[in-house]
Amino acid sequence: MSGSEFTELRLVNDILANLSYLPDDEAASALAGHIERFWDPRMTVRLRERVAADESSVSTVVVDAVARLG
Amino acid sequence: MSLHTEHDFGTPAVDGPATVGVEVDGLRVQVPEGTSVMRAAALAGVDVPKLCATDSLDAFGSCRLCLVEIDGRRGTPASCTTPVADGMVVHTQTPKVAKLRESVMELYISDHPLDCLTCPANGDCELQDMAGVVGLRQVRYGQDGANHGDAEKDHSNPYFDFDPSKCIACSRCVRACGEIQGTFALTIEGRGFESKVSPGAGESFMDSECVSCGACVQACPTSTLQEKSVVELGVPTRSVTTTCAYCGVGCSFKAELRGDEVVRMVPLKDGGANDGHSCVKGRFAFGYASHPDRALKPMLREKITDPWREVEWDEAVDAVARGLLDVRQKYGVGSIGAITSSRCTNEEVYVVQKMVRAAFGNNNVDTCARVCHSPTGYGLKQTFGESAGTQDFKSVASADVIMVIGANPTDGHPVFASRMKQRLRQGARLIVADPRRIDLVRSPHIAAEHHLQLQPGTNVALVNAMSHVVVTEGLVDQDFVAARCEGFDEWARFISGEEHSPEAVEPLTGVPAADVRAAARLYATGGNGAIYYGLGVTEHSQGSTMVMGMANLAMACGNIGRDGVGVNPLRGQNNVQGSCDMGSFPHELTGYRHVSDDSARKIFEDLWGTTLQAEPGLRIPNMFDSALEGTFRALFVHGEDIAQSDPNFHHVSAALEAMDLVVVQDLFLNETSKFAHVFLPGASFLEKDGTFTNAERRINRVRSVMKPKSGKHEWAIVCEIATAMGYPMHYDHPSQIMDEIAAVTPTFAGVSFDKLDRVGSIQWPCDDQAPLGTPIMHAESFTRGLGRFVPTPFVPTSERSTRKYPLVLTTGRILSQYNVGAQTRRTANVAWHGEDVLEIHPHDAEVRGILDGARVTLTSRVGETALHAKLSERMPTGVVYTTFHHPISGTNVLTTENSDWATNCPEYKVTAVQVALARPGVGADAVGAADWRTAAAELAD
Repeated sequence: MSGSEFTELRLVNDILANLSYLPDDEAASALAGHIERFWDPRMTVRLRERVAADESSVSTVVVDAVARLG
Repeated sequence: MSLHTEHDFGTPAVDGPATVGVEVDGLRVQVPEGTSVMRAAALAGVDVPKLCATDSLDAFGSCRLCLVEIDGRRGTPASCTTPVADGMVVHTQTPKVAKLRESVMELYISDHPLDCLTCPANGDCELQDMAGVVGLRQVRYGQDGANHGDAEKDHSNPYFDFDPSKCIACSRCVRACGEIQGTFALTIEGRGFESKVSPGAGESFMDSECVSCGACVQACPTSTLQEKSVVELGVPTRSVTTTCAYCGVGCSFKAELRGDEVVRMVPLKDGGANDGHSCVKGRFAFGYASHPDRALKPMLREKITDPWREVEWDEAVDAVARGLLDVRQKYGVGSIGAITSSRCTNEEVYVVQKMVRAAFGNNNVDTCARVCHSPTGYGLKQTFGESAGTQDFKSVASADVIMVIGANPTDGHPVFASRMKQRLRQGARLIVADPRRIDLVRSPHIAAEHHLQLQPGTNVALVNAMSHVVVTEGLVDQDFVAARCEGFDEWARFISGEEHSPEAVEPLTGVPAADVRAAARLYATGGNGAIYYGLGVTEHSQGSTMVMGMANLAMACGNIGRDGVGVNPLRGQNNVQGSCDMGSFPHELTGYRHVSDDSARKIFEDLWGTTLQAEPGLRIPNMFDSALEGTFRALFVHGEDIAQSDPNFHHVSAALEAMDLVVVQDLFLNETSKFAHVFLPGASFLEKDGTFTNAERRINRVRSVMKPKSGKHEWAIVCEIATAMGYPMHYDHPSQIMDEIAAVTPTFAGVSFDKLDRVGSIQWPCDDQAPLGTPIMHAESFTRGLGRFVPTPFVPTSERSTRKYPLVLTTGRILSQYNVGAQTRRTANVAWHGEDVLEIHPHDAEVRGILDGARVTLTSRVGETALHAKLSERMPTGVVYTTFHHPISGTNVLTTENSDWATNCPEYKVTAVQVALARPGVGADAVGAADWRTAAAELAD
């Protein structure tokens, strides 16, 4: 099973849903902050790769958040 | 160490200044107003003879042994029921009262077996003691008259016997059952000579409502209620004070021994968490520690299909170290990690996370709190600034409104539940939010004013609706919010939205809007409002949101920072709080400081002499994903049975099978050890030496009652592994580990074994400002300065009931069993719960043709198992419930990978399922539940 790709996308979508009260820019910042604070770097790498491979599969906020990751 | 006996002052202490002066037998003493003459005398050093009185129970005045004379008063009043008065002069040893006492005692003994020498309580019997104290030398009435010598004995309880022939009808057992435990299972049946103690309506103890807490046994002054272990082994001769290793209440006990054998566990009267009370698990279910299933030798095997091979410790430690180094060399520094256990001591957890960070070289350490209370840590940190509950347990005695959300205290945290029920009987008002009608909703002398019977998965919608009422009806504590909080205006705008109104969310929650409004008004205006919650809050996809939602509600109502209020997690295991405190989350060092915090990291780097990673490591679910991906290859599992306790067994087992090295340290060869290459024997709580931290942040000492049966302490084994990996770790004693914890952790700065031995227990933060600890947090300001309101949108779980899976399964625990049952299944507690059953509403059962006791299949989208059905109107229609105490049930074959958005805590509480009558030869029933794993694997294939 290679469920990890799915896992990272599921996780960012879950996080984003819970940040829905924020404007997009703040949501992207908060999402990036959450990822940096709680995710192992290899998960971030997998997310980056997935988003880079197909930006259309995720929301623009996720794309923006990934771009902000250090 | 000798047998520690606690002084019994006869009647309970009275709070208040010692303003009343009394003279007792020429000794002067000052006591608070309302103190009994008996207690004042005891405080002066004069113990008045007594039988029906004990200081854990209100005075009763029935035995007439404690009679005294008081200057200026007529007669011989009972000292237990007579309050002191200023200037009172009391005489406890006059010829008149001596004669009366001797006569009273003579009557008692005339109807009591004269078998002291063969009685199991010989030497530990208050009747025997008092006969000596009053100088009884003869019984004039003989033994030939009517007596109770032939009264039928009751041996039905697995832990204690009831011999009514020895009963003196003092009612201590009856009162203990009511006043302390709050079950009211016992009564005095009949009148006069026919009076007798009776469980229920003339039932046996096992058939009655008795919950076997043992309060009656402890209160009994004779051998009428007697532990079977004392009958079998004899009266204990020495004791060691230690801490229970079951739930997060953290009760203090005296382990009483005869020789090296534990005879009984007696709750400590001065125990900060339990004040002398206990439950059936803590008092009686300690036999697992000496169960023959204990694995006491290290074991190795090349492949998980090989048989185990017992080895010596050196070989095992070398194999673990070599295996971890090999994997790290081959797959990189992030390929290895460990899981700490909330069953282990702070010192054990600390050395495991130190081993990971310093010897493994990464932050791949997580704790089993991941799957229970990680949302508590996140949510309370975000809002209050500290990942811990706000109150001490005693605080509930000052609560006016108690709100219990997603917790079942009478089963999960029974000793705290008894404390809570005492307050409820005094008049505090109760709100329960739970899909099930838990016992607290209605039990003797207690009734919830509101039972908000919400649909599983709608907690956030409910708490938002309550906050909506508070804000829109002008019930906010404006002064508190203005002075103590930030972010209120933004949050108030959010929560005022009509979509959060009780009327709008009623279709989601299923709770009538009027009930929500009434409950919110009660919480906001009823005086001190206290929230207590459990895994029914955290184990959801919105667990962290719900914790923040409760924090918002409490702040809005000003219910933070003083006695009787607060937001209080009821932690599942004995050291959940401690394992989190000790830095076993992959993103946090001890004291909840983030690994990216350079200044915090430097403290450790300087002390440990190494460089630490500044980025978080893998959480438990991420470890499984990475194992399947191939980047995580070796795991040290310390005292946790992840194969049984973690969700989606197929996923977990596949991940474990994918690893090159799995090391399990535990008391027993558990389910996870089936996937292990190395097994290291652990130490039971009776063998451990260290500290546990309970749900109220109370650090308690755990003392070795006996040496480790495996020959080594667990902290020492971890140090040996780290050292063998090339990072030397050495301590001579666990006190040195605590000293190191104190040196690197500001909230533990003032903690040491020496201080704990002196003061008993300490609630962190403990530092120069609070050298004896902090029972109530956020009193003047929040840990983060201002309390932060956080908007909490309700995001429904993606786990929905469908036509294929129309019911929602929710899980929990019961009183007699504990978690995955590794301990309690190896005790006589199985008498109460021999198997997990499926509770289902009669209507849901009827439409499926299911009768009570029928075997049913339970199917989710990830697995199937079989259980026996129990028809129960506790359940709402559409929701079914089971426990996970027996591995044979395979509950986590059904649960999914859904998790809390912020912490990845699994969503155990919501799984869409279908239930069907099991047909012989079909599905899970065909193979029998014992083979569910095989069946599940076949289904997966």
